[in-house]
Amino acid sequence: MALRLPAIMKTTAARLSALYLILFTLCAVLLVFYMTSLSARMLTGQTMETINEEVQGLGSAYQRGGLPLLVRTIERRSRQPGANLYLIADANGRILSGNVQSLQPGVLNTDGWTEIPFSYQRFGEGADRRNTNSADPEPAQMDVEARHNAIAVVLRLPNQMIVMVGRDLGEPERFRAVVRRALMVALGMMGLGAALIWYFVGRTALRHIDNVSEASRRIMGGDLSGRLPVTGAGDEFDRLSENLNTMLARIANLNEGLKQVSDNIAHDLKTPLTRLRNRAEAALSGQQKPAEYRAALEGTIAESDQLIRTFNAILMISRLEAGYSAEAVSKVDLAAAVRDVVELYEPVAEEAGVGLETAAAGSFIVDGNRELVAQALSNIVDNAMKYSVDSTEKPMVRVTLERVAGEIRLSVIDNGQGIPDDGDRKRVTERFVRLEKSRSQPGSGLGLSLAKAIMKFHHGRLELSSANPGLSVIMTFPEREAGK
Amino acid sequence: MNANIMEQAEIAYSGAMKILVIEDDREAAEYLEKALAEAGHTAHVAGDGETGFALADSGDYDAMIVDRMLPRRDGLSVIAGLRSRGNTTPVLILSALGEVDDRVTGLRAGGDDYLTKPYAFSELLARIEVLNRRAASREAETVYRTGDLELDRLSHTVRRASQDITLQPREFRLLEYLMRHAGQVVTRTMLLENVWDYHFDPQTNVIDVHVSRLRGKIEKGFDSPILHTVRGAGYMLKAG
Repeated sequence: MALRLPAIMKTTAARLSALYLILFTLCAVLLVFYMTSLSARMLTGQTMETINEEVQGLGSAYQRGGLPLLVRTIERRSRQPGANLYLIADANGRILSGNVQSLQPGVLNTDGWTEIPFSYQRFGEGADRRNTNSADPEPAQMDVEARHNAIAVVLRLPNQMIVMVGRDLGEPERFRAVVRRALMVALGMMGLGAALIWYFVGRTALRHIDNVSEASRRIMGGDLSGRLPVTGAGDEFDRLSENLNTMLARIANLNEGLKQVSDNIAHDLKTPLTRLRNRAEAALSGQQKPAEYRAALEGTIAESDQLIRTFNAILMISRLEAGYSAEAVSKVDLAAAVRDVVELYEPVAEEAGVGLETAAAGSFIVDGNRELVAQALSNIVDNAMKYSVDSTEKPMVRVTLERVAGEIRLSVIDNGQGIPDDGDRKRVTERFVRLEKSRSQPGSGLGLSLAKAIMKFHHGRLELSSANPGLSVIMTFPEREAGK
Repeated sequence: MNANIMEQAEIAYSGAMKILVIEDDREAAEYLEKALAEAGHTAHVAGDGETGFALADSGDYDAMIVDRMLPRRDGLSVIAGLRSRGNTTPVLILSALGEVDDRVTGLRAGGDDYLTKPYAFSELLARIEVLNRRAASREAETVYRTGDLELDRLSHTVRRASQDITLQPREFRLLEYLMRHAGQVVTRTMLLENVWDYHFDPQTNVIDVHVSRLRGKIEKGFDSPILHTVRGAGYMLKAG
C-alpha cells in the first residue's frame, strides 16, 4: 500500500482531488472563523445589552434614593446568583461593596466600556480555594485559575465613587468553544471523508487504468484477439475502452486480411509456380525440336501472365479492404457504366450465343470510381456469361439498374444452373473459392471477391441469390448524399 | 498517292528511336537495352535518377523509359524536373505500383504513358513506339488515310475504295486509334485503355472480338487485308 500511494499521486484524479481538498479546507477554515466570530459578536452584544439594562435599573435607583439606595440595590443584586458583576469603589479604587473581590489593575481607571475583556475574581471563590489549598507552592497560579474574564461599564458618581457593572464572559466563551469544537470536528470528519473518497476514487481510476494497460500489454504481446475491459458503467473509461476496442477490431481485421493474403499467396501461388517450374524443367530434359521449345516457352509465359493477374487481383483486394485513397472517388454515372460494360461484352456474348439484355432507365449517379465499378461489373457479367451457357433454354444474361427502397440496385441475372446450395453461394465470394464445376473454367477464383471488395469500397454490398434456376448477383449502392 | 502514304507509314514504323532508359535494376536495364537494340532502336542506360536527369537534360532523345523508384532521385521528380525545364521528350513510366491513383499521380507528374511491372516486352515496345513524336503530330489531322481506307474525324465517315462503311461509335473510335498509329503495333491493353478508357484486365478476350468485328466491316468485300494480327503482341493497321 505504501508503494502504491506515490503511484496514486501520479494519477490525474488524485491530483485534482488533492487540489479540491486544499481549496475545500481553506473554505472550511474560513467558515469556522466566520461562524465563531459572528456568534461571539452576537453574544457580546447580548451581554452588553444586559449590562445596559442593569445600569439603567441602578441609575433609576440612584435617582430615586441616592447613594444609599444604590448601595443597597447593588448589595441585594450581588447576592443573587448569576453572571452579573457589581462593584462600588471609592475614588482611589478600593472596593467597598459588590460581588467582585479583586480586579485586573487599571480596569477601574477606564471610563465607560472596558475595551478588552479583563480578568477578575469573585467573592468567595478564590478565597475558599486559597484556604483549602494553602500548601500549594504557587498560589498565584491558583489565583489565575480562579479568575474569570468579564466585560463591564465603569461609571463615576458625582462624589468620585466608582460604580462598575459587568457580566462574566464564561458563558459566551464556553458557547464559542463549543461552536468552535463542533466545527473543528465537522471539518475534521469532512476532511477525512474527502481524503477517503479521494483515495478510493484515485485507486479506482488507477485500477481502471492498470487494467487497461495490462490488457494493452497483452495485446501488444501478440494476442490481437484480446480486448480492453468494459465494466458496463458507461463512464469515460468505458467509452475509451469501447473506442479502443473498435480500433483493435479494425486492426485485427486488417491483420487478418494481411494474414489471409500471405496464406493465399503461399498456398495458391505456389501451385502455379510449381507448374511453371515443372514445365521449364520438362522442356530442358531430353532433346526437343525447336517448335517444342517454343511451345514450352509460350506455355511458361502464359502461365506467368496468369500468375501476375492473380497477384494483381490479390493486391487490389487488399488495397481496397485497407481503405483506398479518397482521391479516386468522384461522381459515377452507373447507367453509363452499365452501357459501357455491356457494349464491351456484347460482341463476345453474341459470339457465344448468349443474349445480353439491359434495363437501365433514368439517372443513377453515385460517389465512386468509374474504373472500379466497371471492373466489378465486368467480372460479374463475365461470370454470368460463362455460367449461362449450360442453360436448358437459350442462355440469357440480364443487367438491370433500378431504385429499390432508397438504394440503387444493379443486378446481373443469368438463366444457367446457378448455385443451388446456400452455403456455396455464401462461400463463392471468398478469396480463391472455386466451386467444383467451375474448376474447368479459366479464372483465378478472385473475380467475385474483387467485386465484393469494390462494393465494400463504395459503401454498398454484393449479394448472391438464386434466380431459379440461374444466379442473381446484386450490387447495391447507397444513394448519393444530396448537396455534396 | 497511295504509294506516298504507304511510304510515310513505313517511315513512322521503322524509324529508329534514340531511347533513354533510367532503371536501377542492372539486369532489367541490360535486357531492355538489348531488346530495344534488336527492335532497331538505340538505348542509353542510366542507373540512378541524378545521372538519368543529367543525360536527359543534355541529350536529344526521342523517348524515355523511367522507373518510378530510383536511387538518388525519384523517377517522378526526374520527370517533373525535366518538364519544368521545358523538356518535352515523351516518357513511359515503369512502376510496380499499378492502381488507378498511382497511374494518375504518374501521369500528373508529366509522364505520357504508364506501364506496370512485370510487363511483356512487346507491350513496352508497342507503347514506346506509339509515343514517338510523329504519332503525336497526327492528332491535328482531320482525315486519316491508310492505303485505300479513309477516315474523316469531323464528319465521322469511313470509306474504303470510295465505298462508304457504316461503323458503330465504338468501332469508329477503335479504327480511329488504329489509323492514328497505322504501321505501328497496337496491343490489346492499349486499345482497352485508349478506346474504352479501362485500365483493368477483362479476363475474356473481349477486344479480339471487337477487332474481328471491325475487321469484318473494313475487309469483307475488299481485295486485300488491312488490319493485321501481330502474333504475341497485338494488331497493326497497314496497307498492302
